[in-house]
Amino acid sequence: MSNLWATPDAPAVVSDAESRAAVRALLLALADDELIVGHRHSEWTGFAPDIESDVAMSSIAQEEIGHARVLYDQIAALEGTSADRLAFGRGPEAFRNAVLTERPNGDWAFSIVRAWLYDHADAVRLRTVAASPLGPFASLAKTLLREEKYHVVFADAWLERLARGGDDAWGRVQRALDAAWPDALGVFETTPDTEHLVRIGALAAGMDAQRSRWESDVRPRLDALALTVPAGAAAVVGGRQGRHLPDLGMLLMEMTSVWRSDPEARW
Amino acid sequence: MVTYDAVWQALGEIEDPELPIAITDLGLVRSVEIEEGMVRVRLVPTFVGCPALDVIRERVHRRLLGVPTVHAVDVQYTFDDPWTIDRMTETGRARLTAHGVSVPRVHPAELATCPFCGSTDLLLENPFGPTLCRAVYYCRACRNPVERFKPPGDVLPVAGR
Repeated sequence: MSNLWATPDAPAVVSDAESRAAVRALLLALADDELIVGHRHSEWTGFAPDIESDVAMSSIAQEEIGHARVLYDQIAALEGTSADRLAFGRGPEAFRNAVLTERPNGDWAFSIVRAWLYDHADAVRLRTVAASPLGPFASLAKTLLREEKYHVVFADAWLERLARGGDDAWGRVQRALDAAWPDALGVFETTPDTEHLVRIGALAAGMDAQRSRWESDVRPRLDALALTVPAGAAAVVGGRQGRHLPDLGMLLMEMTSVWRSDPEARW
Repeated sequence: MVTYDAVWQALGEIEDPELPIAITDLGLVRSVEIEEGMVRVRLVPTFVGCPALDVIRERVHRRLLGVPTVHAVDVQYTFDDPWTIDRMTETGRARLTAHGVSVPRVHPAELATCPFCGSTDLLLENPFGPTLCRAVYYCRACRNPVERFKPPGDVLPVAGR
């Protein structure tokens, strides 16, 4: 992958160390979200309700992890490390994913609700980056958006299918929404890095504005399915600063076990 | 002296690892620059998340080092101007169709055509298939399962651009 920091159209802001660190933090949050949610999706391989959704969830998992890799490649280019080392060589406290992505899968309804909330949030922030003056990073975001579109279509279809699928299915979706909504708000956690990016004009919309866009996107869809957003829920934050559930530690133990057995191995 | 033709011909011998199509016919080669014995190739991925990207890059690297008087090769993927279905050549389309993969002309939303019987009475069974770039259909006319090339979705409207 080209080193986007060094391309002729690299944004001028990255020549400043503080701004470069903020862009790095933005990429890391995106990448960690994609890797962790991708890993959770992959846990459905072989267990999804039917063969079509099994293939779909596995494909989405593969693609999210592929996106994480492209983003890690850019961070690695900045620091002389590798995408593998970033993915497998860090402890939970170094991860910057939102808590939403690390929650265990629970039932199919929870996984669908999580995927739906996440994919719509991901689309909002990718659009924000795509519209930014971040040059090649904006181009990358545009490219990722084209592929994410299929994830949104899949999650939309399944959410509707479950929500209209009778009392049991609707009830499971509503319970999943009650549980996941505060976590989903936390995807838009404000950090000093995101504030810096807004201040220098690298992002036109801060996290609160992005969250509003996302809410105005998802709330009417939930209304239409007779689903209720929990009132007055506070966002579950901390993920962007490395504060995670014990579940992330367990996920990483499993995901990194082969790599840790020989970090220098060539695959 | 390394010629553009020699490099392009070598690239035309490299197949995609997941489909029987040359990477030049798939439209993966964005640019080729030659400077003395140094060849610089820019590739554009169909899907950024595609697990075959490394294999393709490695094949390009190895094949071009086999071109006489080439002594260095630099292969990188680029995202500017993303891959679209119109980058695929007529030869590439014909090869995929012969292989049983339907290829949309410009847009995934257009009517799908069965590569076996030509019918458009196709049912989408799964937008996800054996690879990220393929969806699975069923032809109600000849009763065959059909794979269809799935280009990445259209660029979504971007605010401020």
